[in-house]
Amino acid sequence: MNKTLENARLSVAILAARSAMLASRALRTGGGSTMPGVVSRRVDPKVLTKLSKRLPGGAAAITGTNGKTTTARMVSHILRTANMKAVNNSTGANLVTGVTAALVADSDFSGKPRSDTALFEVDEASVPKVAAEAELKLLAVLNLFRDQLDRYGELAYLGKIIASSFDDLPPDGSVVLNADDPLVASLGRQARKAIYFGVEDHSLDMGRLQHVADSKSCPVCGTDLVYEAVYLGHVGLYDCPNCDFTRPEATYRATDIRFDGAKGTSLRLSTPSGETEMKVRLPGLYNAYNALAAAVVAMEMGVALEDVKGGIESFGGAFGRVERIQAGDKEAFLLLIKNPVGFNEILRTFVAGEGSGASHVLIAINDNDADGRDVSWLWDVDFEMLADSGDVREPFTVSGIRAGDMAVRLKYADLPVGSVIPDREKAIKSALEATPSGETLYVLPTYTAMLEIRRTLSDLGHTHPFWEE
Amino acid sequence: MMNLYGDRGNVISIQKRCEWRGVSVEVTDVRLGESIRPTECDIFLFGGGQDREQALLADDLSGSKGADLRSISSEGGVVLGVCGGYQLMGSHYETADGEKLPGVGVFDLHTEPRKPEEARLIGNVLVRVPLEDGSHREILGFENHGGRTRLGEGAEPLGRIVSGFGNNGEDGTEGARKMNTYGTYLHGSLLPKNPWFTDRLIETAIRRADDTFTLEPLDDETENTAFESVAGRVRRG
Repeated sequence: MNKTLENARLSVAILAARSAMLASRALRTGGGSTMPGVVSRRVDPKVLTKLSKRLPGGAAAITGTNGKTTTARMVSHILRTANMKAVNNSTGANLVTGVTAALVADSDFSGKPRSDTALFEVDEASVPKVAAEAELKLLAVLNLFRDQLDRYGELAYLGKIIASSFDDLPPDGSVVLNADDPLVASLGRQARKAIYFGVEDHSLDMGRLQHVADSKSCPVCGTDLVYEAVYLGHVGLYDCPNCDFTRPEATYRATDIRFDGAKGTSLRLSTPSGETEMKVRLPGLYNAYNALAAAVVAMEMGVALEDVKGGIESFGGAFGRVERIQAGDKEAFLLLIKNPVGFNEILRTFVAGEGSGASHVLIAINDNDADGRDVSWLWDVDFEMLADSGDVREPFTVSGIRAGDMAVRLKYADLPVGSVIPDREKAIKSALEATPSGETLYVLPTYTAMLEIRRTLSDLGHTHPFWEE
Repeated sequence: MMNLYGDRGNVISIQKRCEWRGVSVEVTDVRLGESIRPTECDIFLFGGGQDREQALLADDLSGSKGADLRSISSEGGVVLGVCGGYQLMGSHYETADGEKLPGVGVFDLHTEPRKPEEARLIGNVLVRVPLEDGSHREILGFENHGGRTRLGEGAEPLGRIVSGFGNNGEDGTEGARKMNTYGTYLHGSLLPKNPWFTDRLIETAIRRADDTFTLEPLDDETENTAFESVAGRVRRG
């Protein structure tokens, strides 16, 4: 087909997508973040390939169970700090349609992107499709945890799916991998060029594998791995006693990690072009990993170390993952719960331990598709550790479609069960009411429960609907 | 109680329900290459894993471990196999790659991989379990398996599907039972969701040593409320 016709088709695709976006906003259907992608792909199936090739700085994709959104947002923020314009699919629309929609929205009608680069967070199972269509200079894999097993079946299989896309990267493309996650690190054996990052700090050692260890056996030979330090879940410093698989040497490293509760974390970052101290203004080890991964992606895209430091230190947080909402003279602190490892990390950072200070807690567990339909993972969360710590000041309020299962879980951990209010709207209202003036209510919802709670808070005048963001 | 690669919710459920009645429990994890001590334990939990791990487990069970499980089961010992563990308690298990793994052979059943056009069997399950006195009780759980289990002539199912897929999504059966050995696809976790079934395992296990033993009832309001809210939804479809 000739080039003029191809360009015309692309313009029509972009035009159709724009109309779809306006219509969905006007009708408040809330599908504004993927629908333009669906529509434009129908008009021009090559729309993603065409637009991504026109990005002067190329595109990068970030995948993994935890931290995709935060990391992608951090990288975008760093790039902005360094005066590079990046487009990203920021509202959690992370399938190939959402990625397409983001690029389409960023392009003018002649099919020219306004941004220099693109940063996509991509759902693990959608990686091959995105990599086949978009020209990816970098593909970063953050971690692979047991998250939505009912969607993908098996973790090892998921690793295979991701690795199958490595051949679709351009010749100068690289894979960025977490050296501390054995399954993720093992994918590097199938990459032309792998860049590893990792945390090296023995003071973080949990001393034992948490119960949620997903992939504690060697991804190559199946023998149990030997850990020198376990940071969270199966992530840590490990070695296979049987075969040649071992933790790869990390070229980007975080050391001297110091937590400061909800305020964030400080760490020392070592890179091929120097070292620096920096503060991450998001809590927990998770976000230290996100910041480390963001630094790797940004530096591999050509950003200087000072700009990386400046970007990370001025980054405030990503939608919905960690969010503070002023509610009159009280505050609601929303912490999205996705899986047992994330749940443990939130409990460790905010509820147990000194200086954590979370007294008023609302947990809301739904089992819609986006939350994961199987709630057996609640049994892998270490509530026992919390009960042992004696740091639970007030009984938790429990809500969500599976409020009953959550209440049973707390009962079997010998934790007091407070009010059980399955209805999310009633629960957030009641929990806010019970929170004294000047204090913070910690809300721990799964994904769809979070959307519902945000909507209620918004109706009460405390925030805005997310698609207006 | 002995835990072979089992589900944590099931372990905690047995532990707490014993503890709340003053019955002390010791949990022993048996890892690959370690032997089962048949005479030292009263309840055996047997979980399973992903395909790759199933191959390791099948290998592990091919020797004395499998033989021990067979004799525990045939002597009336209390054994619960869930999902991958249940599959390995049959005569054989075929992985998605077509590898045929030998099972322990406690049950007369085998498991085939799903065909390419077939979906994994995923969702909430409600099962009607027949009791010795002719009555029925329900168990509730979540299933997620690609394999299709076919019961042999001599195998008795654990129960009949009210809602969900069960052994193969076709014949309406779920799980298997032989004396005090149970196999099921239900996790989610099974025992915390179904306290009567947990108590049945505990009582059976203790009665093997003391046949006058009865369990004191517990206040199960929290558990029953959780059961009803999900079972009600599952029944409505």
